[in-house]
Amino acid sequence: MTTVRIPPTLRQDAGGERDVTAGGSTVREVLADVGERYPALRERIFESGNIASFVNVYVGGEDIRTQDGLDTPVAEGSTVILLPAMAGGALAPLATLRVPVTRAEPVSGAASTR
Amino acid sequence: MSGNTVPSGDAPPAGRQESEGGPASSLLDLVGNTPLVELKRLSPKPSVRLYAKLEGQNPSGSIKDRIAKAMVETAEASGELEPGRELLEPTSGNTGISLAMVARLKGYGLTCVMPANATPERRRLLQLMGASIVESPADEGTNGSVQLAVRMADEDPRYFMPFQYANEANVQAHYDGTGAEIVHELDRVDVLVAGLGTGGTLMGAGARVREAFPDAVIAAAEPLPGDPVIGLRSLEDGYVPPILDVSRLDRKVLVTNAESVAGVRVLLEREAIFAGVSSGAVVHAALRLAEELDEGVVVCVLADGGWKYLSAPFWGAEDVESAMENSIWW
Repeated sequence: MTTVRIPPTLRQDAGGERDVTAGGSTVREVLADVGERYPALRERIFESGNIASFVNVYVGGEDIRTQDGLDTPVAEGSTVILLPAMAGGALAPLATLRVPVTRAEPVSGAASTR
Repeated sequence: MSGNTVPSGDAPPAGRQESEGGPASSLLDLVGNTPLVELKRLSPKPSVRLYAKLEGQNPSGSIKDRIAKAMVETAEASGELEPGRELLEPTSGNTGISLAMVARLKGYGLTCVMPANATPERRRLLQLMGASIVESPADEGTNGSVQLAVRMADEDPRYFMPFQYANEANVQAHYDGTGAEIVHELDRVDVLVAGLGTGGTLMGAGARVREAFPDAVIAAAEPLPGDPVIGLRSLEDGYVPPILDVSRLDRKVLVTNAESVAGVRVLLEREAIFAGVSSGAVVHAALRLAEELDEGVVVCVLADGGWKYLSAPFWGAEDVESAMENSIWW
């Protein structure tokens, strides 16, 4: 089994639990298992079949977005951590605010490096 | 922007080195070109060379000097920022201190918006450097500071808000400076590790390092905040800075507060480097990634020194996590 750590913001949708256990060998399977038991939680962490943009999921202490996404393997006995996406120091609902975005040409080479 | 990118090869990055051989004409000329030092005692194996870029040696003590100078000078060059306007930024941290330095030297006013419960040391330092402080409600945290700053900027055209999270000059400063300096000094980089805040260092320096060393792994060290900090936010408060593109990161490593402090301590004990909390996290992540290499070069960007954290509660704490869980450390 895998332990899934629920952030305080989502605990009301997971029966108030800080940790829930789930089965599955990938993040997709683990979260599907959790989602069956807590449909409200599933609603909040998924967005059109993908992890919602303001949710980060970590396996082995690393973000699945820099691993294999929902197909990231989950080893037996490991911990999956869910966290709201936060930026250092500024954790504001900026998506809903009008903030100035200073545009510049892209840094050369930056987009072709992967 | 491609017209002013730093050429790879022998040309030194612009900045401090230009003034070598004589005194600098302004503190602003001393921003960047920070020392890079090998951490021989910290490297987990002789075949892996570990280096630290000491950003705490910037004039006001942190890596944020680079972006404060760049954001202001970019806005001046575009005509957006003119004499008589006042800088406004929601910050109680290093960015505020760096902006205060730049503002004072260039003759602008600076207003920092911060939660009413920000630490007295930060407030005092900013005031001594000439910044005005506007308080936002403590119970709204940094969210409230940003909302208030945005409102103030909307209502008063006198204000210019650089806003580091959405300002491409932040990224460019690290491309032109931090990253260019690293590739100028090293003939090989396999892993670059920096702390994740705005994403500016990782995006800018990461792009420059990858240009020179296409197989380099760009790795973020990211704080795992305590439950009380997370609990202040709803999911809808989640925020991904506009300048951060996670798809350009190869690794994104979560580091606990206790691991960060352990990193600070090991830097001090092995290398006599007194660094800040985020640097401890960077070292923790770097050592983890270094273990995965048979050989290679790992570069750590250490954002600031430890001085501003001396009064923090974790140094003597038996339970470091509990001592740190109520605050945002970087």
